[in-house]
Amino acid sequence: MKRRDFIQLAGMSAGALALPFSSYANDVDIAHMLTPLLDTSQKKQLADVALNTAKGLGATYTDVRIGRYLNQFVTTRERKVQGVTNTESFGVGIRVIANGTWGFAASNNVTPDGIKKTTERAVAIAKANSKFQKEPVKLATTPSYGEVSWKTPIVKNGFEVPVKEKVDLLLAANAKALEKGASFVNSIMFLVNEQKYFASSEGSYIDQDIHRTWPNFQVSMVDRQSGSFKTRAAFSAPVGMGYEYLDGKSEDKIAGPGGIVLYNKSYDMIEDATMAAEQAKQMIAAKSVEPGKYDLMLEPSHLWLTIHESVGHPTELDRVLGYEANFAGTSFLTLDKWKTKNFKFGSEIVNFVADKTQVGSLGNVGYDDEGVKCKSWDLIKDGVLVNYQAIRDQVNIIDQKESHGCCYSQSWSDVQFQRMANVSLQPGKQPLTPDQMVSGIEKGIYIVKDGSFSIDQQRYNFQFGGVLFFEIKNGKIEGMLKDVAYQANTQEFWNSCSQICDERDYRMNGAFNDGKGQPSQSNAVSHGSATARFNGVNVINTGRTI
Amino acid sequence: MAILSKEETKKILEKVIGFSKADGIEANLNGNDGGNIRYARNSVSTSGEDSNVSLNVQSYFGKKVGNASINEFDDASLEKVVRRSEELAKLAPENPEFMEPLAQQTYGAEPKTFIESTAKITPEYRAQAAADSILPASKKDITAAGFLEDSRGFGSLMNNKGAFAYNKSTGVDFTVTMRSNDGTGSGWVARNFNDVSKLNTAEASAIAMEKALQSRNAKAIEPGKYTVILEPNAAADLLGLMLFAMNARQADEGRSFLSKKGGGTKLGEKIVDERVNIYTDPWHEEVPTGNWAGNGLARKRMDLIKNGTVANMIYDRYWASQKNTEPTPFPGNRIMEGGTASIEDMIKDTKRGVLVTRFWYIRAVDPQTLLYTGLTRDGTFYIENGKIKHPIKNFRFNESPIIMLNNLETLGKQMRVASGGGPGGGGSSLIPAVKIRDFTFSSLSDAV
Repeated sequence: MKRRDFIQLAGMSAGALALPFSSYANDVDIAHMLTPLLDTSQKKQLADVALNTAKGLGATYTDVRIGRYLNQFVTTRERKVQGVTNTESFGVGIRVIANGTWGFAASNNVTPDGIKKTTERAVAIAKANSKFQKEPVKLATTPSYGEVSWKTPIVKNGFEVPVKEKVDLLLAANAKALEKGASFVNSIMFLVNEQKYFASSEGSYIDQDIHRTWPNFQVSMVDRQSGSFKTRAAFSAPVGMGYEYLDGKSEDKIAGPGGIVLYNKSYDMIEDATMAAEQAKQMIAAKSVEPGKYDLMLEPSHLWLTIHESVGHPTELDRVLGYEANFAGTSFLTLDKWKTKNFKFGSEIVNFVADKTQVGSLGNVGYDDEGVKCKSWDLIKDGVLVNYQAIRDQVNIIDQKESHGCCYSQSWSDVQFQRMANVSLQPGKQPLTPDQMVSGIEKGIYIVKDGSFSIDQQRYNFQFGGVLFFEIKNGKIEGMLKDVAYQANTQEFWNSCSQICDERDYRMNGAFNDGKGQPSQSNAVSHGSATARFNGVNVINTGRTI
Repeated sequence: MAILSKEETKKILEKVIGFSKADGIEANLNGNDGGNIRYARNSVSTSGEDSNVSLNVQSYFGKKVGNASINEFDDASLEKVVRRSEELAKLAPENPEFMEPLAQQTYGAEPKTFIESTAKITPEYRAQAAADSILPASKKDITAAGFLEDSRGFGSLMNNKGAFAYNKSTGVDFTVTMRSNDGTGSGWVARNFNDVSKLNTAEASAIAMEKALQSRNAKAIEPGKYTVILEPNAAADLLGLMLFAMNARQADEGRSFLSKKGGGTKLGEKIVDERVNIYTDPWHEEVPTGNWAGNGLARKRMDLIKNGTVANMIYDRYWASQKNTEPTPFPGNRIMEGGTASIEDMIKDTKRGVLVTRFWYIRAVDPQTLLYTGLTRDGTFYIENGKIKHPIKNFRFNESPIIMLNNLETLGKQMRVASGGGPGGGGSSLIPAVKIRDFTFSSLSDAV
């Protein structure tokens, strides 16, 4: 499949989110992908060309990112392989401060001469833009780390797994779904490897090797007679892990509502596809929801997206300050609310932590894309807004001296900027299982897996769907519901959070393709939580006739 | 070297095809020079330029297909990329849906998609365009945030069956959001052209500033069903989603809004108001686009909705071969016939309604009914007795473009709007403002 066709296919299922492709990516073969292009001493020599050139031209700060970005997609439908695509994007991005202003330029010519010319362009752009600069860039200090390296702690490099093994797995999963009566199945294996070398004029030389893996499918059931159809998405998560995620270990399987199986740190694709077909049938036959107020039980494979949209984005400081006003929007979490130190974002049991160090998460790296060592920090503490997500040129605005280490660029060819860290709801401190939570709910809906999503540009009003909806009546799970979506105001919603299961139920999910910026860039991010309860949320019925 | 001429691309592609030892080969040679400037908080935040030419080669043996690409164009590199695609094809699993390349197609006249003035945009032009937006804002207690992106590029295709296609184009996209410094008002304007001489960022910014000032201190009104006047950008967002979903295979498979209860599709059936006519035409003067689609199929004028009836669905080549019908080139533009009413005329004619500047964060809720949710943004006003009464708080909607086009009251004047994907990238549309009755707003948002 040609890349543009894949984009079209993925675009149809994933909505209009940015996809992590570089326009500079080339199709390559596996042997090439598995061969290193440059060793660290060669990268250091090339980086020094940029650092020295920029200094000579009057830049007061420079960073260089030599990046090799590898992607592999294996796509199938029913009993057919649609395509195997391997891409590589290799180049250098150089960012400077000259006349107190940022300048950035990038090139796929990774030679001393190419780097020198690119550096000259970056400095020229900084000087040209300085005409409109109102105040000079202020960078928070960060230690010089010298020559260091970091790797995603993977067990099995997915790129080394033969394509045939991936094709066989996808086709086996498809076959199981078809045997169980599925009308259609699309499945995909998506692998990412970012090989990034960062050097700065402050003396850090950081070599990182980052892996991400995402198996996914959509099982569709069509009932021709009634003219209705439903799609059950995979219960997998995109992860910051290697191919070991596909091991499907029994200890990572979790009994969910209505006899379903959910997954934690590894995934059984064949089992999930088998169950998906059964569940898709039940989704068609399910009872249409009666609109009204319900207590919602939101399971981690669903809640991650609500967290992402209603907590992750509004706590991004660049949005608060207005840098995204023309595209993604601003934020209701304005600085005056933060300054009061008592803005009640949520109920007292609500604690959110931003974290770039969580093992297995998509955001896990050793250092961010401006050479800051990654860490975790509180955003919401006991329900109160206590901090934002900010990078080196912004933390001074919130009177802090240290960057949070959440600067990222999707490619060497794009300029790095503030991107969301893993933002996760901390598990409840009291022992509580999902079954115990169910038993305390009189009228509720238990929602599994993310579905439709939409939120306003300041992150007040949102609407979320899901994949599976189970009705809870008088402490017991009844049958499945359909046509369910809930609408709420972010602050009211998180203040209605009355129970959170304990750490035994904590799991992560996430996305490869969080879009932000103009031109738009993708960021991969995970969000963890345990199943949580929200009281009296407004549920609408989305069934229509056309 | 980003913009290669037809002759230059032909020469390179002929060499590529000549190196083939496979059953067949198809190659695409594409290039793009782009530039952008972004500003926020009344100051330029980022700007940059990029340039790329890339050759993608697809070789096949039977139904085994391999793709390889490269951005070097000496003879040795060209041969290397062909060999690599052949090696990948030999290793690839069979793709039963693979279609051999097309024979030579007859393409109509070259549409006027390439405009010299746009191709010559400089960093100084971009900086001035941003300044023309920022400076008036800073004088009026308003904060400007905007983005200007321009591109000039070419695309070409050749295969061993004799097909050769070439097109070059330019485009410029401009969007600006103006926010009043008290945080209660916001206005937005978008412009999209092939020809940058039609773009005036000061004029566009003045409209956005006016909307920001007029939308301050919005009042809340009850959600419910309202008559709405959708400006062309708002209408285009929902219509574009409908047109993108007109895939024939999904309709035949029973998983589309065009699938019929009991089997079959709605092709030839009336699905919306009979005044709705939507078509594609690469040679339309306002929204010219390439005269061939990415797979080499010749584009032509084609109806999508004719007098409210589904006139065509989009068949890819494989599905067309299964259904014994002609494949459909993917439309490069979309034109909806409009009327003569201005937005002011439509307001005068409205007893009680809502004027919508744009929608935001539209996502599918149910693909079966094409139900979408999203919100109004950057200028939403209450209309009473033929006049704009006051700004109102934004609404969340849950609505299907099918239901909406069945509730059509008035077609207004057309305007060119971007269809997404950057300048020229996603094609452009010519869409009228529309007045719709019983549009479903389901909740209020405090967002400005």
